[in-house]
Amino acid sequence: MSVGAWAAMSLILRRELCLSFRRPGQLLQPLVFFLIVTTLFPLSLSPQLSLLRDMAPGVLWVAALLSSLLSLDSLFKSDADDGTLEQLAICGQELGLIVIAKALAHWLVSGAALVIVSPIVGVALGIPTSAFATMMLSLAFGTLTLSWLGAIGAGLTVGLRRGNVLLSLIVLPLAMPLLIFGANATDRAIGGASPAGALYFLAALCVFTCTLAPFAATAALRISLE
Amino acid sequence: MNSAADGLEVDRVHVWRGDRHVLKGVSLALRPQQLLQVSGPNGAGKTTLLRVLCGLLRPEEGTVAWRGQPIHKSRAQFHASLAYSSHDAALKGDLTALENLRFSIGLRRHLASAELRASLGRTGVEHCADLPARVLSAGQRRRVAMARILASGAALWLLDEPFSNLDSAGTELVSTLLAEHVRAGGLAVVVAHHEIRLAGDVQRLELAA
Repeated sequence: MSVGAWAAMSLILRRELCLSFRRPGQLLQPLVFFLIVTTLFPLSLSPQLSLLRDMAPGVLWVAALLSSLLSLDSLFKSDADDGTLEQLAICGQELGLIVIAKALAHWLVSGAALVIVSPIVGVALGIPTSAFATMMLSLAFGTLTLSWLGAIGAGLTVGLRRGNVLLSLIVLPLAMPLLIFGANATDRAIGGASPAGALYFLAALCVFTCTLAPFAATAALRISLE
Repeated sequence: MNSAADGLEVDRVHVWRGDRHVLKGVSLALRPQQLLQVSGPNGAGKTTLLRVLCGLLRPEEGTVAWRGQPIHKSRAQFHASLAYSSHDAALKGDLTALENLRFSIGLRRHLASAELRASLGRTGVEHCADLPARVLSAGQRRRVAMARILASGAALWLLDEPFSNLDSAGTELVSTLLAEHVRAGGLAVVVAHHEIRLAGDVQRLELAA
């Protein structure tokens, strides 16, 4: 094989990023959704700081979860629709490498971007700046895990016509632990307690999915391609 | 003399899609310097056969072997020597024709932009190289897909309706490219409705509905 695995993965990564930046609307949609949903809460509830702080972790995490779901549907779907997914599957590289590169690219443009804009939401919800580091770290673990859970779901539903509803039904229950530990870590950081326990759990979940989900997602995609 | 072990061998392949028995024991053998034309009425399983041949679909029964090896055992190796063109051109609309080629050929082999442009030139679409694929006509997209097949350097071409949407010059061009590929020792399986006339060794397979 004349093209190595790393070269192939970096090429796929560049391809995905290039495609994302050609469609800035699609790129910004989940981020704008995240920002709007989270800022609706202070507007609709009383702007009392204590109330907002109590609710902030839950609101933040639910919004992050839903906005990640928005972009998951297109992870394999757009390539499947125009036939390029088949071409990728028979390019002579392992399908697993392609899946890893695509999921990583998805995380960079959705999850990592969400982590970067999260301080804006933190300010809107009255989260103290001392808790920002914990909030961002927990979101980074959480969104990476979500991208991988989503890759499995997207791989399973890519051949279906109305796959996006089913995708939510598959991914959301699996994302419950993320929501619980993520919100808990942020909550403890806001209250001034040590968030280490919840963060360790998140990190463990993240490592668990990063190592096993590529196999599951590849197998799911292979079934859908038939 | 070329033996069947150099080429593609299909032994009694059966495929069901739901309740439908699409491929009913298809067998074929193709050696280098041979072209196989697959024809048959709509729904006869021509595309299904091509998908089985390129390993995208595992048949319920029967085997497909490439150079003596079952294809699902040495999948990556087999795919490296295979170029497949489905009936849609499989181009990303947001990428230019050249980028489409670069991102798909780049996974197979190292080719400079000039060489990719040359293969676009060979299929008569060099002037479209820097245009997004979504503004190209169906015929131009087909030609870009053909350029990708050329640039892949693969020994085995599997082409699904390569003549659709092409003008008469384009049809002529694809025939010429096929003839050159076969003469140079390549193999090709082509799904086409009208008869392909080549100087070389052309086999025919008629699938029944």
